[in-house]
Amino acid sequence: MSREAWALSAPVPKATGWQLFLKTVVARAYPRVVGQQRERSWIFFDVFLSVLAISAYVFVYRAIGAPEEYVGFVIVGGAMTAFWLNVLWSMSSQLYWEKESGNLALYIMAPNSMMAILLGMALGGIIATSLRALVILLVGSLIFHVQYAVGSIPALVIIFLLTLTALYGLGMMSASLFLLWGREAWHLANLAQEPIYLLSGFYFPVKNLGFWVAAVASIIPLTLGLDGMRQLLFPSGAALGFLDVRIEIVILTVLSVLFLVAARALLGYMERKAIREGRLLESRR
Amino acid sequence: MNTDLAIETHNLGRIYTIRNRRERRVRREIVALQDVNLQIPRGELFGLLGPNGAGKTTLIKILTTLLAPTSGWARVAGYDVVREPQKIRPRINMVSGGESSGYGLLTVRENLWMFAQFYGLPSREANRRIEELLRRIGLEDRIHTKSSDLSTGLRQKMNIVRGFLTDPEILFLDEPTLGLDVNAARDVRRFVREWLDVHPDRTVLLTTHYMVEADELCDRVAIINQGQVLACDSPENLKRRLERDALFEIEITSPNGLTGAILEAIPGVRRALLTETNGGARLDLTLVADSALPDVISVLTERSVRVRHLTKREPTLEDVFVELVGKPMAEAEKREDEDEP
Repeated sequence: MSREAWALSAPVPKATGWQLFLKTVVARAYPRVVGQQRERSWIFFDVFLSVLAISAYVFVYRAIGAPEEYVGFVIVGGAMTAFWLNVLWSMSSQLYWEKESGNLALYIMAPNSMMAILLGMALGGIIATSLRALVILLVGSLIFHVQYAVGSIPALVIIFLLTLTALYGLGMMSASLFLLWGREAWHLANLAQEPIYLLSGFYFPVKNLGFWVAAVASIIPLTLGLDGMRQLLFPSGAALGFLDVRIEIVILTVLSVLFLVAARALLGYMERKAIREGRLLESRR
Repeated sequence: MNTDLAIETHNLGRIYTIRNRRERRVRREIVALQDVNLQIPRGELFGLLGPNGAGKTTLIKILTTLLAPTSGWARVAGYDVVREPQKIRPRINMVSGGESSGYGLLTVRENLWMFAQFYGLPSREANRRIEELLRRIGLEDRIHTKSSDLSTGLRQKMNIVRGFLTDPEILFLDEPTLGLDVNAARDVRRFVREWLDVHPDRTVLLTTHYMVEADELCDRVAIINQGQVLACDSPENLKRRLERDALFEIEITSPNGLTGAILEAIPGVRRALLTETNGGARLDLTLVADSALPDVISVLTERSVRVRHLTKREPTLEDVFVELVGKPMAEAEKREDEDEP
């Protein structure tokens, strides 16, 4: 074989610094955005089953004569459930699965930043899940004739984006924690799934839990995010709201910063521990 | 610092501490690597040959900055693996045998593109290289196939391409042909050799427990067992150590109580390894000279052991391993498996 025949001989400049960071974020988001859409079963599992769960609550609320806004609350909660499930099953557990498949070692060995990998996972998750959440919202709203009256679109967009930032920040932080605890990831995910449904008020106003329980539950960004969005989407939402929307925006901003900083610190700790002890990167297969 | 060396290690060691989960105070230490000293010049295809559990993968993990040594030091591309991992990482890549990296829902091209991005390769260049490398390894017709639909052999070919895609200065291949059929393994070996022919300044560190692979591919080989490097030289020089001996392979009928120890008691017999086979046994003899053979045959005859086939053969790396370790690699692997924590 001649040297000319092997076209790889000429070296090319590679991206470094922030360009490499951005490339990594986009590349790691890619499997989430493109890959997940190829698995058509999501239409059944993520939309049909979610609408079924929502329907049960809607029928109960209508049967007991609850205010009609509750139906809208349930639809919004059902849509946001998609993000919670994505954070729990695809974000928090992700480093564990990456370890099992051998990807984690390759990610650490590459010259990119592990934070870029995690951000890519989060960004991909947000994009892919937004489509699911939107479908749930549309289908649920059409079936149950939900009426929306948006108070402030900018405030709604801000609170939605802050909720996702804080929520996926929590997911990024949990990703390292799940790996460090070294337990079977799905047990931890199972453990967290149902209690959060209750505490975050997915299907009812969180105010009903009482101030202190709702305050403690506010550590989960969905609690305040859902509450704020409901206040901005429904005419009587403010009356059923837990805190003033402006306060919720401030708290969600603080949570976003807190979780992202903690995610970065834990990721660094996980990487150092993995390299020092040698066991963290080993697959059990 | 010697800049001509791609890899350099000095008294490199790694001890794993295993804690008993129930009794946290109870600890057990496993020496995975002990006083490893290697100097691998740039442009060399260097082999680490040893049984499973010998410490090959531990050494690769240290050199790829995935594991810290507990003693000694190592430099890769002139940089210290503990203090300067960020300078090493853009210059290296690694492929392991049987790895299932990437994402099954992505196609071969998409998976490879994704990994190329992690090294900062421009997309257009990455796609050009992907097509080129897939063509060279014989996988171009699967470029749009989801990786979950690939067979083990084809998937490993994709992994091999992933390793070469970033054009690394130093490439670590950890058992790259593990579990592959003969043809796929040959394709991979040919691909590695071709790449090095065209890129003479690149270095490959290959770990394997396949003797033929090490013999065929490597410029130099280090034989490693129980964490220690026992010998390091070119395959020819390693085999030359045994040229003074006469090596025979004898197929016999049932051994009838014959053991290797009985034969080793015969003057002139350096080593006798008896392996049971279907309907008989195989005797691997290392004699100081051909003249010792009649005495061996006499002992066989006395025990009513019939010789079916007798061959005098050239030394192989397996013989070198037996000479150094005292048992064949398969037996050493069995022992390592029993010792696994």
